Amino acid sequence: MKTLASVGLGLLMTATMAAAQADEVKIGMITTLSGGGSHLGVDVRDGFMLAIERSGRDNVRVLVQDDANRPDLARSLSNEFMQRDNVDILTGIIFSNLAMAVVPAAVRQGTFYISPNAGPSDLAGRMCHENYFNAAYQNDNLHGAMGAYMREQGFERPIILAPNYPAGTDALAGFKHLYEGEVVGEIYTQMGQTDYAAEIAQIRASDADSLFFFLPGGMGISFMKQWENSGVELPVFGAAFSFDETIIKAVGSAAIGAMNTSLWAYDLDNEANHAFVEGFREAYNRMPTLYAAQGYDTANLILSALEKAHPSEQDAFREALREADFDSVRGEFRFGPNHHPIQNIYVREVVEGDDGQPTNRLIGIAVENIQDIYHEQCQM
Amino acid sequence: MMLFIEQLINGLQLGTMLFLMASGLTLVFGVMGLINLAHGSFYMVGAYATALATATTGSFLVGLASGIAVAAAVGALVELIVIRRLYHRPHLDQVLATFALILIFSEGTRWLFGSSPLWLNPPSQLAGSVTLPGGLRYPIYRLVIIAVGITVAVGMYLLITRTRLGMRIRAGESDREMIGALGVNIARLYTLVFALGAALAGLAGAMVGALQSVQVGMGEPVLILAFVVIVIGGIGSIKGALYGAILVGVVDTLGRVFLPAFFRQFMSPSEAAGVGSAIAAMLIYIMMAAILAFKPKGLFAANE
Repeated sequence: MKTLASVGLGLLMTATMAAAQADEVKIGMITTLSGGGSHLGVDVRDGFMLAIERSGRDNVRVLVQDDANRPDLARSLSNEFMQRDNVDILTGIIFSNLAMAVVPAAVRQGTFYISPNAGPSDLAGRMCHENYFNAAYQNDNLHGAMGAYMREQGFERPIILAPNYPAGTDALAGFKHLYEGEVVGEIYTQMGQTDYAAEIAQIRASDADSLFFFLPGGMGISFMKQWENSGVELPVFGAAFSFDETIIKAVGSAAIGAMNTSLWAYDLDNEANHAFVEGFREAYNRMPTLYAAQGYDTANLILSALEKAHPSEQDAFREALREADFDSVRGEFRFGPNHHPIQNIYVREVVEGDDGQPTNRLIGIAVENIQDIYHEQCQM
Repeated sequence: MMLFIEQLINGLQLGTMLFLMASGLTLVFGVMGLINLAHGSFYMVGAYATALATATTGSFLVGLASGIAVAAAVGALVELIVIRRLYHRPHLDQVLATFALILIFSEGTRWLFGSSPLWLNPPSQLAGSVTLPGGLRYPIYRLVIIAVGITVAVGMYLLITRTRLGMRIRAGESDREMIGALGVNIARLYTLVFALGAALAGLAGAMVGALQSVQVGMGEPVLILAFVVIVIGGIGSIKGALYGAILVGVVDTLGRVFLPAFFRQFMSPSEAAGVGSAIAAMLIYIMMAAILAFKPKGLFAANE
């Protein structure tokens, strides 16, 4: 009887709380703030929070938790967010393997998930869901765009390199899909590898005319430094993941001259972007990366939809998200039928900045309105 | 052919670096009977100290010297505060305690310096590459690493065979209690040996940090390889560490290039690259298993 009474009291309390905060919106952010790759999560969070603060809305609460780049932890955090905190929207995950652990279950239970980074192919195709939106990219986008760009620039014998794990093999597959030609060699490295002497020797021995690589985080730093001193002189291409502002500062002069594809550049000329870059530097005293831009856009996408509907009115809110009615820092932005962006992918070159440190400079557009190849498999 | 020679030199370079790590590890085990998982942390400490000192003074040499000194000092400190209490404990306790040290060092470093990698480059005199006899272009800095590794190996040999400290180390390896009974200050010997091992790890971290990247957790992958080296070479044996390190270095680098090439004979290029690199990653462990099957105590087991 006593238990029954306290359960009843508990229910009553929850009911009154719900009534009191009917128009409050809770956003649960699970992101990587420690361990390998934590600068990605920190930037997504900071970009996201900047947009929320700027909106001046006081009924949006963002709860942030660190997943330490561990799928099991991300999974239990998402359960906590959904069951204990009753969040309306989840967001924040950086790495695709963590997204695969969290997203399918979360969206099935009726929570919205808006991805600020990870875009695994399964979630764009076979396992797409009406409550899942990706505000960043599909994983192949940047690699594919670089393939198209290199073909257009007349490179005929690229050698390509990536770590031997799902995002690595996806990257090379994405590259080859849009490069549409023969590559002279494909090299897979170990995940977390730090010495690339063997791979560089192999590249030297090949008759390649260019190098494309995907080595996110610390791996790319090690590789570029060893590449510079190796005496191999091939033009270097990659995706922005190996050339964000944090990484090229650590690589130093070795990065200069490398070309990379990105969905955003800090010198992209549009009003939303000027405001973002200035605001971010002012608030955090450092240059934003593409991850910060993605976090900022994700928050603005959510805010734009909140103007029209509360997430509890699921259909209306989903419709509002689909419209993507906000000023993206990337310029034009819209969703494809699988809720993944159709967007321009830009080419940037790493140059020496005014302060002598390497920085990215916008060169042009690699592919206009790129769309992932998985949307045809998506049945929503 | 050129590729094969370049890979041999690469293997030698990896081997000499592994030797720097493994010799400290095996020395500490041989003399004190201690399994030290935190050895990789000294590697990281050496790299961080070098990066910081190089950034403030602008001289890589000063940086390198401070890296070694700081690693040795941290090693001595850790021995005095923590390790000293572990000598009489079972190996499992040692593994647990030194694993805790890894976590403390990693999180402490992250707390102090953040998780972004630090910037450290080889000095400009050593940047770029030279043409070796036969026309092969090879990075100068990697050649320097090989030279440093060989110098340390010779130095270790002289230290152990020709000096009083070396005599005590050898005595400690064969009978710990007896040299204590003979009046050698065993506590000081232990601190010294531990600091020496930490200094070598710090040297390796500093040299390699300039080549790769200076970041939290950089020591652990190397630590695993160093353990493979000392198990193959025979735990406690410096000579075994040297041969084991060169063997692991050469087999690992050759495998990474020639296994995918081998599988390309009868597979599509991208399948061969995947399968080849997966097996290459396992190669040194397969080799370790094979060696242990025939020589359960390693190639040059100490205390036999």
